[in-house]
Amino acid sequence: MDFSFYFDLPLALRLLLQGTAVILVLFPLAAACSMAERKISAWIQGRPGPNRTMPPFMAYVPVIAPILRSLGLFQLAADGGKFVFKEDPIPGHVNKLYFVLAPILSMIPALTTITVVPFGAYLNQAGAWVPIVLANLDVGLLAVFAVSSLGVYSIILAGWASNSKYPFLGGVRASAQLISYELSMTLSVLPVFLWVNAPGGSGTLSLFDVVQSQSQPGLWGGAWYAFLMPVSAFIFLVALFAETNRQPFDMPESEADLVGGFHTEYGAFKWSLFFVAEYCHMIVGSGIFVLLFLGGWNPLPWVPLQTVIEAIGLAGQPLITGALAVGIFLGKVVFFIFFFMWVRWTLPRFRYDQVMTIGWKKLLPLSIANLIVYALVIAWIERS
Amino acid sequence: MAVIQVERKPLTLAERTYLPQIYHGLKTTLKHLVAPTITLQYPEQRPEIPTGYRGVPTLVKDPNGREKCVSCQLCEFVCPPKAIRITPGEIPETSAHAHVERAPQAFDIDMLRCIYCGLCQEVCPEEAIWLQKQYSMTGYTREEMVNHKDRLYELGGTLPDDHFKWDKKKAAEDAAAHGGHH
Repeated sequence: MDFSFYFDLPLALRLLLQGTAVILVLFPLAAACSMAERKISAWIQGRPGPNRTMPPFMAYVPVIAPILRSLGLFQLAADGGKFVFKEDPIPGHVNKLYFVLAPILSMIPALTTITVVPFGAYLNQAGAWVPIVLANLDVGLLAVFAVSSLGVYSIILAGWASNSKYPFLGGVRASAQLISYELSMTLSVLPVFLWVNAPGGSGTLSLFDVVQSQSQPGLWGGAWYAFLMPVSAFIFLVALFAETNRQPFDMPESEADLVGGFHTEYGAFKWSLFFVAEYCHMIVGSGIFVLLFLGGWNPLPWVPLQTVIEAIGLAGQPLITGALAVGIFLGKVVFFIFFFMWVRWTLPRFRYDQVMTIGWKKLLPLSIANLIVYALVIAWIERS
Repeated sequence: MAVIQVERKPLTLAERTYLPQIYHGLKTTLKHLVAPTITLQYPEQRPEIPTGYRGVPTLVKDPNGREKCVSCQLCEFVCPPKAIRITPGEIPETSAHAHVERAPQAFDIDMLRCIYCGLCQEVCPEEAIWLQKQYSMTGYTREEMVNHKDRLYELGGTLPDDHFKWDKKKAAEDAAAHGGHH
C-alpha cells in the first residue's frame, strides 16, 4: 500500500490529524476506565456490577446487545450523557474564575503528556524501526515529568478556589504528596538512562530509544529493565500510584476523612473532567512504565517484536507491524490499568503521615541508594 | 485471674516492606475476582422464603372454600397502627355456609399503615388471617396500597384446617335436634 498522499499533506495538518486521532482514542479509553473500575470492583466484591441499562431499541439486536449490556457499556454512555446534561452548579462562596479554570487545567497536562509517549513502532521498507508517536523528542521522559507535574496545580487550584476547608486540605495534601513522590520517581528512572546512554554516543532521554535498547538480541540486550533493575521498577511503580492519586495513596480525595477532597464542591461535567484527567494520567503513567521497564511493544522478554515478525514473514508490511506493535503495547497498558484497580481493592488507604514516611524516609533513600549502586555497577561494566 | 502476656515479636524486614502481605492480598482479591458472583438478580430471581416468614397479612379459606373470617373484628381492635377496617355482614340463608356465624362484607388492610407485627394473626380465633410469604407490596397510588377483601383472599389462598369447628358445631346441633340429647 502507498501512503505517500498522506505524507504529502502539510505538516501542520498532519500533526492536527494525528493529535485529534490520539485524543479520540485516549478520551474514550479514559472514560471506559471508569466503567472498568466499577466492573472490577464489583467482581472483586462478588457482585456482577452494572448490567441493566440498555436503550429500548437495542432489545431487538441479538447476541451483541446482551453482551454489551452485561458489560455495562450502555451504563457508561448514560453516565457520560448525564455528566454533560445535568445542571452544573457553581457554589456561591467560590472564586468563580479559578473554580472553572481548575478542571480545564487538569485536562491540559493529562492530554499533553501523551505527545511524547510512543505507543508503537513499525518496520519500514528499509528495515528500520520508526516510532509511532506524536513527537519523538530527545528530551522524551523529561518532558513527561515536566508536564505531568503541572497536574498538581489544577488540584491545588481546585482546592483553593473552592473556598471551603475539606477541598483546601485535599489540595494541600495533594501538593505535598505529589512533590514528595516526584523525587523518588525521577531518581528511579536515572539508572535506566545511565544504561541506555553508552558513553561517547549522543545522549538521549527518548522513550523510543529505551524500548529499542530492550529489543536487542542476546541475554543482556533482550532483558526487560524490570529484570535488570527490579528496584527501580518497584520504586517507579509505587511513585506512579502516588502520582496518579490512586489507592492506597489517594490522599487528596480520601473520602473517609475529607468528604471528597479537592473535588468536594464540584459536580457534573467539571467533576467528570477531573476524573477523565486522572484516568489519562493512569494510562500515560502505565504506558511509561511499560516502555521503561516492560519492553514496550516487545511481546515477551528475550523475544523482540522483530524476531516474531521475521518468523511469521511480515517484514515488508509496515501497516501490520505497526498495528501489532500498538496492539501489544495497549495490551500491556490495559493490564496495568487493571493492576491499578486490582490494588485499589486489595490495600487499605495509608494514613497521611504514613504516606509522608514512605515517601521521604523509605522510597527516597532507597532510590538514591539504587542510583548509586547502579551508577557504580554500570561504570564498572563500561570500564571492563 | 491468670494474665497471659503475649510476646509481640518485632516485625521482620519482609513484613516491614509490606510486600509479602500485598502479594497475599492480591492473591485473595484475584480469587474473588474470578469466583462466581453471589448476587441474586432480584426481579428475575427471587429469594427462597423460609417457612414462618411474616409477610403481607392475608385472609384464607378453609379446604371447603369457606371464608374463615367471621368478622369478629378482634384484629381490627388489636391492630396497633389501625390498618384494618372491617364491615361485618350476614351470610345469606341460602348459602351452604349459612351455619357459620357471620362473614365480612368488606375487609380492608391499608398496607401503608401495616407494620407487619402479626398481632392480627395472633389474636384471630378463627385462624383466618395469616402473614404469609408475600414480601413485596408496591403501588402507584395510596388506593392501590389498600388490600381489599377479594385481593386478600387472592393473596391468602386456602390453608388446611385442623378443626372444621363450624361444621362440627352444626353436626352437634343437628344431632341434638334429632337425638334429643346434647
